[in-house]
Amino acid sequence: MKDNISSSPILNIVSRILFAPIIIFGLYVQFHGDYGPGGGFQAGVIIAAAFILYSMVFGIKKGETLVPIKINQYLMCIGVLLYAGVGVVSIFLNGNYLDYNVLASDSSSGQHLGIILVELGVGITVATVMIALYHSFASFRIKDD
Amino acid sequence: MNIFLDDAPALVVVLPLLVAAIVAFIPSPRLAWFITIVTLVIHVLLSIELLTSFSSFGAIIYEFGNWPPPWGISFKLDGVNIGLQILFSAFVLIATIYARKIFLSEIEPEDSGKAYSLWLLAIGSLNGIILTNDIFNLFVFLEISALSSISLISLGAGTNRKALLAAFNYLIIGAIGATFYVIGVGFAYAMTGTLNMNDLIIQLTQYSEGQLAIFAGMSFMLIGLMVKSAVFPLHLWLPPAYSYAPSAVSTLFAALATKAILIFFVRILYEVFSIYNDYLILFLDYILLPLSLIAIFVGTIIAIYQDDIKKLLAYSSIAQIGYITLAFSIKDNSGVLAGFVHIFNHALIKGGLFMAVGYLAISLKDRVTLQSIEGYGQKFPITSYALLICGLSLIGLPLTNGFISKLYIFQALYINEMFLTIALVALSSALAVIYFWKIVEKLFFSSKGYKATSEDPAIYIPIWIIAISIIYFGIFSSSIVDFSSIASESLIKGGIN
Repeated sequence: MKDNISSSPILNIVSRILFAPIIIFGLYVQFHGDYGPGGGFQAGVIIAAAFILYSMVFGIKKGETLVPIKINQYLMCIGVLLYAGVGVVSIFLNGNYLDYNVLASDSSSGQHLGIILVELGVGITVATVMIALYHSFASFRIKDD
Repeated sequence: MNIFLDDAPALVVVLPLLVAAIVAFIPSPRLAWFITIVTLVIHVLLSIELLTSFSSFGAIIYEFGNWPPPWGISFKLDGVNIGLQILFSAFVLIATIYARKIFLSEIEPEDSGKAYSLWLLAIGSLNGIILTNDIFNLFVFLEISALSSISLISLGAGTNRKALLAAFNYLIIGAIGATFYVIGVGFAYAMTGTLNMNDLIIQLTQYSEGQLAIFAGMSFMLIGLMVKSAVFPLHLWLPPAYSYAPSAVSTLFAALATKAILIFFVRILYEVFSIYNDYLILFLDYILLPLSLIAIFVGTIIAIYQDDIKKLLAYSSIAQIGYITLAFSIKDNSGVLAGFVHIFNHALIKGGLFMAVGYLAISLKDRVTLQSIEGYGQKFPITSYALLICGLSLIGLPLTNGFISKLYIFQALYINEMFLTIALVALSSALAVIYFWKIVEKLFFSSKGYKATSEDPAIYIPIWIIAISIIYFGIFSSSIVDFSSIASESLIKGGIN
């Protein structure tokens, strides 16, 4: 892959500056999601956007060293397991599947904890799936003979 | 242990989905298979638990997150789906036992963890389709099952590149079907403000005269579901998808995928929208009945002209789905009962046929065509006789479960005095003999004198379990008929006129 984009200093510097704020904004949306607009889906996409920007500007190779494919795949499944695991834990605590009320001593903090964990699972999975989608499409090459 | 049994309705869906996320990273095909089998054995035990609690306490409504309906998502296990739940659970276990060797020869070993993961996703989502009591939740499960089946079908590209095209076709047509369905859900939600099916039935009574928006929504939903369950003429995705998928995958889908959606289809027809008698009669008499009859003939006649046996079976599936929808379009208990009987029986028959043909496919390492299997009755006698039993049942020979299906369909048609339809169904059964006879002739009456090769018991034992159950349910049909009559009675409570 020819990394001719990264030779532009403006793009280079601007994306360096933006990388961290995008992730912080993503985390804000993530953890704000239980009592305001936001949540795992939106946060996941925002966080993934930071990594996708990095890959676009500095090239797919560097993007893949930042988030190795294997780790990305593990994280996808860990997100799902976190979500489903919260449900299973609530079964263990004598509730229905995904019944957050039983997760803590009183039901309102149980709901709080449950929704944060579930949204975290959603966020991890969405972010990693977005990154994986971008990487698999961007590294796709039609062989020109 | 008790805390798990109380949550059996959720666990039968959650367990396969959860294990799918773990199995994806198991590099060894053997270990991945083993974990899948353990999961599905637990799945069968949970289904048995569901059956025992259904028979002692009646219908079960399971509320996710303890949010009572209509706010939360709920699953409902009642007479309509209990029979299919048991059959589904047992069949996926047998199909997975069968799938081990088939996956080994058709799928690259490093992909096998992912293949089993997709396999479990498909199982979990199909079970969700069977159990869900929420019209939007159904859409979610339809999407999961479509995406996992598309990926599984495209794994067939290892043996034939056309699998990719088949998977892409399914992706596009399936997405259109799902869109239609969700537009319909949107209409229903806009009018009633609810997605829960029990609540929807109550809310719809305020529009008992019928509103245009309700009818539009209903039509969108029904057509979307018809695309997904491959009712003629919306079946075009099915034959290539089933015939180019890896053999184990075609077994699972041919047996159960369309059946699960058909169960939901009749639920929508007879349970949710039953208050709109006029519309329902219009739909059943002037749309579903003629389409089913055409499906029976078109499917059968195209099957007669097929050379490729998996394609032949796929077109025969179109015809058999036609029989099921024909039975459902008869608006009384006997018809719906016949439809359910045929759902159960056809799942076994087509599953068995695809299993047997799948074994021939991996031993040929090529497409199974009429020419290539010449004399294979001598070469693979054990598999071929199982195929013969399943095929005879497909035609509807006495002592097989296919005969029971035909009997109940004829009975329902006779009670409703649809004599022309009886004649047409009889004619189509005669036509089905033609395409099956072509296979039998090549298999058993050939001059090529092959010696019998040793067959793999890991593959033929599951096939024979299906073949024996076909004969068993042909002789002792009471269990299937009982499940079907529970289903039809709980669907048509008041009966529609």
